[in-house]
Amino acid sequence: MALTMTETVRVPRPVHIHRLRSALSVLVALATSGLIAFSILRIVAYAYRQGNGLEIAVVAALFALLSAYVVLLGARAVALSARAGRAVEIHHARELGAQASLRSWNALAWSCALLIATGLAWLLVLNDAAVSRTFFDLALIRNSSGEILSAFTTNIVIFAVSVVLILVWALVIAIARTLPGDAGRPLRLMATAYCDLFRGLPSVITIYLIGFGLPLTNLPLVSALSSSTYAIIALTLTYGAYTSEIYRAGIEGVHHSLIAAARSLGFSHAMTLRHVVIPIALRNIVPPLMNDCISLQKDTALVSVIGTIDAFNQSKIIAANNFNLSAVTTVAILFVAITIPQARLVDRLTQRAQRRRRAGGA
Amino acid sequence: MALLEIDDITKHYGTHQVLSGLSLSVNEHEVVCLIGPSGCGKSSLLRCINRLEETSSGEIRVHGERITGEGVDLDRLRRDIGIVFQAYNLFPHMTVLRNTILAPMTLLGQSCAEATDRAMALLERVGLAHKAHDYPDRLSGGQQQRVAIVRALMMNPMLLLLDEITSALDPELVAEVLDLVRDLAAGGMTMILATHEMGFAREVSDRVCFLYQGQVHEEGTPAEIFGAPRQEKTRAFLRDLVKAGRL
Repeated sequence: MALTMTETVRVPRPVHIHRLRSALSVLVALATSGLIAFSILRIVAYAYRQGNGLEIAVVAALFALLSAYVVLLGARAVALSARAGRAVEIHHARELGAQASLRSWNALAWSCALLIATGLAWLLVLNDAAVSRTFFDLALIRNSSGEILSAFTTNIVIFAVSVVLILVWALVIAIARTLPGDAGRPLRLMATAYCDLFRGLPSVITIYLIGFGLPLTNLPLVSALSSSTYAIIALTLTYGAYTSEIYRAGIEGVHHSLIAAARSLGFSHAMTLRHVVIPIALRNIVPPLMNDCISLQKDTALVSVIGTIDAFNQSKIIAANNFNLSAVTTVAILFVAITIPQARLVDRLTQRAQRRRRAGGA
Repeated sequence: MALLEIDDITKHYGTHQVLSGLSLSVNEHEVVCLIGPSGCGKSSLLRCINRLEETSSGEIRVHGERITGEGVDLDRLRRDIGIVFQAYNLFPHMTVLRNTILAPMTLLGQSCAEATDRAMALLERVGLAHKAHDYPDRLSGGQQQRVAIVRALMMNPMLLLLDEITSALDPELVAEVLDLVRDLAAGGMTMILATHEMGFAREVSDRVCFLYQGQVHEEGTPAEIFGAPRQEKTRAFLRDLVKAGRL
C-alpha cells in the first residue's frame, strides 16, 4: 500500500488567475458609473429647477463616491489578476488569484446594488416627480405628523390591551386542546372548532362583523361598547386562535420524558402542566410569540374599517383633504419604525434559542 | 408478606409482546437486579410497576393491595414508588435545589424551609451541596443522575426503581452514581435495578433475575446466577458479556 502511494505522481493543479472575471467586473463598474454620472446630471438639474437642490446634491455626491469605489475595486481586481499571472511561486499566484476573484465579485455586487438604487431614484423623479409628490411630500408629512401621532396612540392602546388578552385567552384554548382522555374530548373538540373557525376567517371580516354586528344585536353590555373595544374583541378572537397554535406547539414540544419524570413523582396532569410543561414551553416559544405581536401591531390598522379613528383613518382623512397620500406615508413610517427593533429582538432571541439547543439544553 | 408481588403480567405494544406472563416478588429491604439482553422487558417492567405504562393483563400488588386496573389513585401510588431514569430527566428550567424540593412541597405539604433542609442534607451526602443553586445543564451526567436520585428520595419512597441509570454516563462517571446506590442498599432501601453493570449487580444485589423474552427466565443469588447459571440462555448471555469484556 505504502509502495503504490510513493509511485503516484503528483501533478500540480493549474492556477486560476481570474483574468476574465476581473475584466468583466471593471467593465460593469465603468458602465455603472457612466450611467450614474448621466443620472446625477439630469436629476440634479431637475431638482435645481424645482428649488430643492441641496438634499439631492448630498445624495448625488454619495452615489458618485460609491461608483468611484466600485471602479476602484474592479481596477484592483484586474491588477491583482495581472500580478497573479506574473507570479513565480505557485502558492503566491493562487493567493493573488483568489484575491482578484474576491474583489471582482465585490465590484459586481456593488454595481448591481447601485444600478437598482439608480433605477429607484429615476422612479422618484420620472413624470415630473409624480411619485415623490404623491408619497413623499415632506411638508405635508411634517404638518400631519402631530395629528397622526396622537391618533397612533389609539393603535397602541388597542395593541396593548389585545396582546394581554390574547396571551391569556390563547393559553386557555391551548390547554383545552391538549386535555387528555375521554373526559377531555368535548372541550378539546370545541377548542379545535374555535381555532379552525377563526384561523380561516380573515381578520378584517371578523372585525367588520363584530364592530358592526354586535351593536345591532341590542344585547345588554355588548351592544354599546366603543369601536376600539369591538376592535379589541375581534383581534383577540382572531389572534387567540393563532397564538393558541403556538402555545400548543410549545406544549407538545416538551419532551415526554420530562412529563414522565413529573408524573412519576406523583404530580397530576394539571400540576405537571403548571410546574413543568408550561414554563418550559413558554421559554421555547418566545420568538414565535414575538412575531405574532408584530403582526398584531400591524393589524391594528384594520380597525379603520369600523370607523375607529386610528392613525390610518386619521391619515386617510388628511390624505383626502389634501389630495395627496403623504400623510399615509407618515403612518407607514410609524409602523415600520416601531417594528424594526422588535424584529431585531426576535432575531436575537431565536439565535439564543438555537445556541441553547445546540449546546444540548432542553 | 412481600412488599411487591407481580403476578403473571403481560404487556404488548400492538402485536409486539414485551412481557409475557412475568411473575416476581420483592421483599422489604431487598435489592433485586434485572439483567438480560436489550428488549427483554426490563424497562417495561419497571415502568409498569409505577404505572407509567399499563399492563395488558395480570396483577401487581403492593403490600397485598392491587395497583393494576382501574380505581387506583396513581398520583398517590407514584409518591411511594420512586423511579430514576436513564436520561436523568431533571427539569431544565429549575435549579438543582428546586428540582428536589418541588414535589415534597407541593405534594407532601412540606414547608420550603423543611424541604430545603432535607434536600441540602441529601445533596451534601451525595457531594453536591455546592451545586444546589446551579441549573442542571451546568452539571455533568453523573452529577445530574445523583440529583435525580435525591429528587426521588425526597418523597421517601418505600420502593425505588432504577432504570439503567448508568447507561448514559461516561465510564469515569459511573462509579460516583454506583457508590450512591451502594449506600442506599446498605441503608435498607428496597430497590429494583435494571442494569448492564454486571459487576455491580453481583456485588450489591440480594437476588438477580435474568429476563428473557418477557419472562423471568432464571433467578437466584448473584453467586448462583453468575457462578453457576442453570439455564442455557443465561449462560449464553453471560458468555457474550465475557466476550465483550464486560464481565
